[in-house]
Amino acid sequence: MDHILTRDEVTVPENLVYSRTCLLTDNALSYCPGCGHGTAHRLIMETIEEMGLQADTIGVAPVGCSVLAYDFMDIDMQQAAHGRAPAVATGIKRLYPHKTVFTYQGDGDLAAIGTGETLHACNRGENIAIFFVNNGIYGMTGGQMAPTTLPGMKTATSPFGRDTASMGFPLKMTELIAQLPGTYYVTRQAVHTPAAVRKTKKAVEKAFQYQKLNKGLCFVEIVSNCNSGWKMTPLESNKWMEENMFPYFPLGDIKLPKP
Amino acid sequence: MAKVKGEIVVNTERCKGCELCVPICKEKTIAMSPGLNSKGYHYATSTNEDCNGCTNCAIVCPDGAISVYRVRLD
Repeated sequence: MDHILTRDEVTVPENLVYSRTCLLTDNALSYCPGCGHGTAHRLIMETIEEMGLQADTIGVAPVGCSVLAYDFMDIDMQQAAHGRAPAVATGIKRLYPHKTVFTYQGDGDLAAIGTGETLHACNRGENIAIFFVNNGIYGMTGGQMAPTTLPGMKTATSPFGRDTASMGFPLKMTELIAQLPGTYYVTRQAVHTPAAVRKTKKAVEKAFQYQKLNKGLCFVEIVSNCNSGWKMTPLESNKWMEENMFPYFPLGDIKLPKP
Repeated sequence: MAKVKGEIVVNTERCKGCELCVPICKEKTIAMSPGLNSKGYHYATSTNEDCNGCTNCAIVCPDGAISVYRVRLD
Protein backbone atom coordinates (compact mmCIF):
# COMPACT_ATOMS: atom_id res chain seq x y z
CA MET A 1 0.00 0.00 0.00
CA ASP A 2 1.66 3.19 -1.17
CA HIS A 3 -0.54 5.75 0.47
CA ILE A 4 0.50 6.34 4.10
CA LEU A 5 -2.47 7.10 6.27
CA THR A 6 -2.27 10.38 8.12
CA ARG A 7 -3.25 10.80 11.73
CA ASP A 8 -6.51 12.49 10.74
CA GLU A 9 -7.44 9.58 8.47
CA VAL A 10 -6.90 7.04 11.26
CA THR A 11 -8.71 8.91 14.03
CA VAL A 12 -12.20 8.62 12.62
CA PRO A 13 -15.10 7.15 14.64
CA GLU A 14 -15.30 3.87 12.69
CA ASN A 15 -11.69 3.04 13.68
CA LEU A 16 -12.26 3.65 17.38
CA VAL A 17 -11.30 0.54 19.37
CA TYR A 18 -11.20 1.87 22.91
CA SER A 19 -12.39 4.94 24.72
CA ARG A 20 -13.71 5.84 28.13
CA THR A 21 -17.11 4.37 28.93
CA CYS A 22 -20.09 6.71 28.78
CA LEU A 23 -21.15 5.54 32.26
CA LEU A 24 -18.40 7.65 33.78
CA THR A 25 -19.46 11.28 34.07
CA ASP A 26 -17.44 14.15 32.62
CA ASN A 27 -16.39 15.29 36.09
CA ALA A 28 -12.62 15.14 36.60
CA LEU A 29 -11.81 12.29 38.99
CA SER A 30 -10.79 13.63 42.38
CA TYR A 31 -8.02 11.05 42.78
CA CYS A 32 -4.28 11.71 42.76
CA PRO A 33 -2.42 11.10 39.49
CA GLY A 34 -1.77 7.37 39.02
CA CYS A 35 -4.26 6.19 41.67
CA GLY A 36 -5.82 2.78 41.03
CA HIS A 37 -9.28 4.03 42.05
CA GLY A 38 -9.81 5.57 38.61
CA THR A 39 -9.09 2.27 36.86
CA ALA A 40 -11.30 0.37 39.30
CA HIS A 41 -14.18 2.82 38.70
CA ARG A 42 -13.78 2.44 34.96
CA LEU A 43 -13.75 -1.38 35.06
CA ILE A 44 -16.95 -1.52 37.07
CA MET A 45 -18.68 1.00 34.82
CA GLU A 46 -17.47 -0.73 31.64
CA THR A 47 -18.83 -4.04 32.91
CA ILE A 48 -22.20 -2.48 33.77
CA GLU A 49 -22.35 -0.89 30.33
CA GLU A 50 -21.48 -4.15 28.55
CA MET A 51 -24.04 -6.10 30.58
CA GLY A 52 -26.68 -3.42 29.93
CA LEU A 53 -27.35 -2.91 33.63
CA GLN A 54 -27.22 0.89 33.83
CA ALA A 55 -30.89 1.27 34.75
CA ASP A 56 -30.91 -1.74 37.07
CA THR A 57 -27.84 -1.13 39.19
CA ILE A 58 -27.58 0.62 42.55
CA GLY A 59 -24.10 1.32 43.89
CA VAL A 60 -23.23 2.20 47.46
CA ALA A 61 -20.38 4.66 47.93
CA PRO A 62 -18.19 4.51 51.04
CA VAL A 63 -16.37 7.10 53.11
CA GLY A 64 -12.76 7.61 52.13
CA CYS A 65 -11.02 8.69 48.94
CA SER A 66 -13.87 7.22 46.89
CA VAL A 67 -16.57 9.07 48.86
CA LEU A 68 -17.41 11.04 45.72
CA ALA A 69 -17.90 7.90 43.60
CA TYR A 70 -21.50 9.01 43.02
CA ASP A 71 -20.14 12.06 41.20
CA PHE A 72 -18.27 9.89 38.72
CA MET A 73 -20.51 6.85 38.24
CA ASP A 74 -23.52 7.64 36.10
CA ILE A 75 -25.84 5.13 37.78
CA ASP A 76 -28.08 5.20 40.85
CA MET A 77 -25.87 5.62 43.89
CA GLN A 78 -26.33 5.85 47.64
CA GLN A 79 -23.79 7.20 50.07
CA ALA A 80 -23.42 5.19 53.28
CA ALA A 81 -22.06 6.17 56.68
CA HIS A 82 -18.46 5.20 57.33
CA GLY A 83 -18.12 1.43 57.04
CA ARG A 84 -21.85 0.81 56.73
CA ALA A 85 -22.01 0.26 52.99
CA PRO A 86 -22.69 -3.52 53.24
CA ALA A 87 -25.55 -2.82 55.68
CA VAL A 88 -27.08 -0.20 53.36
CA ALA A 89 -26.59 -2.51 50.38
CA THR A 90 -28.33 -5.30 52.31
CA GLY A 91 -31.38 -3.09 52.78
CA ILE A 92 -31.43 -2.00 49.15
CA LYS A 93 -31.08 -5.55 47.84
CA ARG A 94 -33.83 -6.88 50.11
CA LEU A 95 -36.19 -4.11 49.01
CA TYR A 96 -35.29 -4.41 45.33
CA PRO A 97 -34.19 -8.02 44.80
CA HIS A 98 -34.23 -7.62 41.01
CA LYS A 99 -31.67 -4.78 41.08
CA THR A 100 -27.93 -5.36 40.87
CA VAL A 101 -26.39 -3.93 44.04
CA PHE A 102 -22.72 -3.38 44.76
CA THR A 103 -20.61 -1.57 47.32
CA TYR A 104 -17.32 0.10 46.54
CA GLN A 105 -15.13 0.41 49.63
CA GLY A 106 -11.58 1.16 50.66
CA ASP A 107 -9.58 -0.59 53.33
CA GLY A 108 -10.17 2.07 55.99
CA ASP A 109 -13.90 1.73 55.41
CA LEU A 110 -14.28 -2.01 54.95
CA ALA A 111 -11.48 -3.42 57.13
CA ALA A 112 -11.51 -0.95 60.04
CA ILE A 113 -14.74 0.75 61.07
CA GLY A 114 -16.87 -1.48 58.85
CA THR A 115 -15.42 -4.88 59.80
CA GLY A 116 -18.57 -5.91 61.64
CA GLU A 117 -20.94 -4.93 58.83
CA THR A 118 -18.70 -6.61 56.26
CA LEU A 119 -18.33 -9.88 58.17
CA HIS A 120 -22.02 -10.16 58.93
CA ALA A 121 -23.15 -9.25 55.42
CA CYS A 122 -20.76 -11.94 54.14
CA ASN A 123 -21.92 -14.38 56.79
CA ARG A 124 -25.58 -13.82 55.90
CA GLY A 125 -24.67 -14.42 52.27
CA GLU A 126 -26.43 -11.28 51.06
CA ASN A 127 -26.78 -11.35 47.32
CA ILE A 128 -24.59 -8.30 46.65
CA ALA A 129 -21.13 -7.61 45.23
CA ILE A 130 -18.44 -5.93 47.31
CA PHE A 131 -15.50 -4.24 45.59
CA PHE A 132 -12.73 -3.67 48.10
CA VAL A 133 -9.86 -1.37 47.08
CA ASN A 134 -6.91 -2.14 49.36
CA ASN A 135 -4.00 0.28 49.36
CA GLY A 136 -2.75 -0.34 52.90
CA ILE A 137 -3.22 3.21 54.13
CA TYR A 138 -5.82 5.87 54.93
CA GLY A 139 -5.31 7.97 51.81
CA MET A 140 -7.98 10.64 52.18
CA THR A 141 -7.06 11.80 55.67
CA GLY A 142 -3.33 12.08 54.99
CA GLY A 143 -1.74 8.65 55.07
CA GLN A 144 -2.42 7.23 58.54
CA MET A 145 -1.93 3.57 59.40
CA ALA A 146 -4.77 1.30 58.32
CA PRO A 147 -5.53 -2.27 59.44
CA THR A 148 -3.99 -3.43 56.17
CA THR A 149 -0.73 -1.47 56.53
CA LEU A 150 2.24 -3.83 56.09
CA PRO A 151 4.61 -4.61 59.00
CA GLY A 152 7.42 -2.04 59.07
CA MET A 153 5.59 0.31 56.70
CA LYS A 154 5.99 3.99 57.59
CA THR A 155 2.83 6.08 57.76
CA ALA A 156 1.84 9.33 59.43
CA THR A 157 0.79 7.47 62.60
CA SER A 158 3.55 4.84 62.49
CA PRO A 159 6.57 7.05 61.65
CA PHE A 160 9.06 4.36 62.64
CA GLY A 161 7.24 1.65 60.72
CA ARG A 162 4.36 -0.57 61.86
CA ASP A 163 5.58 -2.45 64.91
CA THR A 164 3.63 -5.70 65.02
CA ALA A 165 4.31 -6.11 68.76
CA SER A 166 2.21 -3.08 69.64
CA MET A 167 0.15 -2.46 66.49
CA GLY A 168 -0.72 -5.97 65.40
CA PHE A 169 -0.60 -7.51 61.96
CA PRO A 170 -2.20 -6.52 58.66
CA LEU A 171 -5.73 -7.84 58.36
CA LYS A 172 -6.30 -10.20 55.45
CA MET A 173 -9.99 -9.47 55.02
CA THR A 174 -10.32 -11.44 51.81
CA GLU A 175 -8.92 -14.68 53.27
CA LEU A 176 -11.05 -14.08 56.37
CA ILE A 177 -14.38 -13.78 54.61
CA ALA A 178 -13.53 -16.62 52.21
CA GLN A 179 -13.97 -18.95 55.22
CA LEU A 180 -17.61 -17.96 55.59
CA PRO A 181 -20.20 -20.22 53.95
CA GLY A 182 -22.26 -17.20 52.79
CA THR A 183 -19.69 -16.01 50.25
CA TYR A 184 -19.81 -17.50 46.78
CA TYR A 185 -16.89 -16.00 44.87
CA VAL A 186 -13.89 -14.37 46.55
CA THR A 187 -10.90 -13.09 44.62
CA ARG A 188 -7.99 -10.69 44.88
CA GLN A 189 -6.81 -8.76 41.83
CA ALA A 190 -4.80 -5.64 40.93
CA VAL A 191 -4.99 -2.86 38.34
CA HIS A 192 -1.36 -1.84 37.76
CA THR A 193 -0.64 -3.58 34.43
CA PRO A 194 -2.81 -4.25 31.34
CA ALA A 195 -2.85 -7.99 32.12
CA ALA A 196 -3.93 -7.37 35.72
CA VAL A 197 -6.63 -4.94 34.55
CA ARG A 198 -8.05 -7.52 32.13
CA LYS A 199 -8.13 -10.17 34.88
CA THR A 200 -9.82 -7.76 37.26
CA LYS A 201 -12.44 -6.96 34.67
CA LYS A 202 -13.20 -10.68 34.30
CA ALA A 203 -13.58 -10.91 38.09
CA VAL A 204 -15.99 -7.93 38.11
CA GLU A 205 -18.01 -9.54 35.32
CA LYS A 206 -18.22 -12.82 37.24
CA ALA A 207 -19.34 -10.99 40.39
CA PHE A 208 -22.25 -9.37 38.54
CA GLN A 209 -23.17 -12.58 36.69
CA TYR A 210 -23.29 -14.62 39.91
CA GLN A 211 -25.46 -11.93 41.49
CA LYS A 212 -27.90 -12.20 38.60
CA LEU A 213 -28.10 -15.94 39.32
CA ASN A 214 -28.75 -15.26 43.06
CA LYS A 215 -25.68 -17.21 44.08
CA GLY A 216 -24.65 -15.17 47.12
CA LEU A 217 -22.09 -12.59 48.05
CA CYS A 218 -19.20 -11.97 45.65
CA PHE A 219 -16.15 -10.20 47.01
CA VAL A 220 -13.48 -8.70 44.74
CA GLU A 221 -10.44 -7.19 46.42
CA ILE A 222 -8.36 -4.86 44.24
CA VAL A 223 -4.85 -4.26 45.58
CA SER A 224 -4.02 -0.72 44.58
CA ASN A 225 -1.32 1.86 45.06
CA CYS A 226 -1.51 5.06 47.07
CA ASN A 227 1.39 7.02 45.70
CA SER A 228 0.62 10.16 47.73
CA GLY A 229 0.25 8.23 50.98
CA TRP A 230 3.30 6.10 50.29
CA LYS A 231 5.27 9.23 49.25
CA MET A 232 6.34 7.82 45.88
CA THR A 233 5.81 8.52 42.20
CA PRO A 234 3.06 6.45 40.55
CA LEU A 235 5.57 4.20 38.79
CA GLU A 236 7.65 3.71 41.95
CA SER A 237 4.54 2.92 43.96
CA ASN A 238 3.45 0.24 41.48
CA LYS A 239 6.91 -1.35 41.71
CA TRP A 240 6.81 -1.12 45.52
CA MET A 241 3.37 -2.68 45.48
CA GLU A 242 4.62 -5.64 43.41
CA GLU A 243 7.61 -6.15 45.70
CA ASN A 244 5.96 -5.62 49.09
CA MET A 245 2.16 -5.80 48.90
CA PHE A 246 1.82 -8.86 46.66
CA PRO A 247 3.90 -11.23 48.89
CA TYR A 248 1.52 -10.44 51.78
CA PHE A 249 -1.63 -10.06 49.68
CA PRO A 250 -1.10 -12.66 46.92
CA LEU A 251 -3.25 -12.19 43.83
CA GLY A 252 -5.63 -14.84 42.58
CA ASP A 253 -8.96 -16.49 43.24
CA ILE A 254 -9.37 -17.43 46.90
CA LYS A 255 -12.80 -19.03 46.78
CA LEU A 256 -14.24 -20.36 43.57
CA PRO A 257 -17.77 -21.68 43.15
CA LYS A 258 -17.99 -25.43 43.55
CA PRO A 259 -18.76 -27.08 40.21
CA MET B 1 0.51 -10.69 7.84
CA ALA B 2 -1.99 -7.95 8.04
CA LYS B 3 -0.43 -4.74 9.15
CA VAL B 4 -2.20 -2.39 11.46
CA LYS B 5 -1.84 1.27 12.10
CA GLY B 6 -2.96 2.76 15.36
CA GLU B 7 -3.28 6.20 16.80
CA ILE B 8 -4.01 7.49 20.25
CA VAL B 9 -5.89 10.65 21.12
CA VAL B 10 -5.17 11.99 24.58
CA ASN B 11 -7.72 14.15 26.34
CA THR B 12 -5.07 16.58 27.53
CA GLU B 13 -7.29 18.28 30.08
CA ARG B 14 -8.18 14.94 31.69
CA CYS B 15 -4.59 13.61 31.76
CA LYS B 16 -2.90 14.04 35.15
CA GLY B 17 0.60 13.19 33.95
CA CYS B 18 1.04 10.07 36.10
CA GLU B 19 3.23 8.50 33.36
CA LEU B 20 1.80 4.99 33.91
CA CYS B 21 1.20 4.67 30.15
CA VAL B 22 4.80 5.49 29.16
CA PRO B 23 6.56 2.20 30.13
CA ILE B 24 3.45 0.17 29.17
CA CYS B 25 3.82 1.18 25.49
CA LYS B 26 5.97 -1.45 23.77
CA GLU B 27 6.34 0.74 20.69
CA LYS B 28 7.65 3.67 22.75
CA THR B 29 5.02 5.88 21.18
CA ILE B 30 3.99 7.75 24.31
CA ALA B 31 6.02 10.45 26.01
CA MET B 32 5.15 13.31 28.28
CA SER B 33 4.61 16.61 26.57
CA PRO B 34 6.86 19.53 27.52
CA GLY B 35 3.72 21.67 27.56
CA LEU B 36 1.29 21.87 30.45
CA ASN B 37 -2.47 21.56 30.60
CA SER B 38 -4.64 24.03 32.50
CA LYS B 39 -4.07 22.16 35.79
CA GLY B 40 -0.29 22.29 35.38
CA TYR B 41 0.33 18.64 34.45
CA HIS B 42 2.65 17.48 31.67
CA TYR B 43 0.19 15.44 29.62
CA ALA B 44 0.89 12.26 27.65
CA THR B 45 1.31 12.63 23.92
CA SER B 46 2.01 10.46 20.89
CA THR B 47 5.54 10.99 19.58
CA ASN B 48 5.97 8.61 16.64
CA GLU B 49 4.10 6.63 13.98
CA ASP B 50 4.68 3.18 15.49
CA CYS B 51 1.44 2.83 17.46
CA ASN B 52 -0.29 -0.47 16.67
CA GLY B 53 -3.48 0.25 18.58
CA CYS B 54 -2.96 -2.41 21.27
CA THR B 55 -5.03 -0.32 23.77
CA ASN B 56 -2.73 -1.20 26.70
CA CYS B 57 -2.11 2.48 27.49
CA ALA B 58 -5.82 3.24 27.55
CA ILE B 59 -6.54 0.23 29.76
CA VAL B 60 -4.10 1.28 32.50
CA CYS B 61 -4.93 5.00 32.34
CA PRO B 62 -6.67 5.73 35.68
CA ASP B 63 -8.36 8.81 34.27
CA GLY B 64 -9.55 7.28 31.01
CA ALA B 65 -7.80 10.05 29.10
CA ILE B 66 -6.72 7.93 26.11
CA SER B 67 -8.85 6.90 23.14
CA VAL B 68 -7.35 4.35 20.74
CA TYR B 69 -8.00 4.06 17.00
CA ARG B 70 -6.87 1.16 14.83
CA VAL B 71 -7.09 0.46 11.12
CA ARG B 72 -5.97 -2.60 9.15
CA LEU B 73 -3.67 -1.95 6.21
CA ASP B 74 -4.56 -4.75 3.79
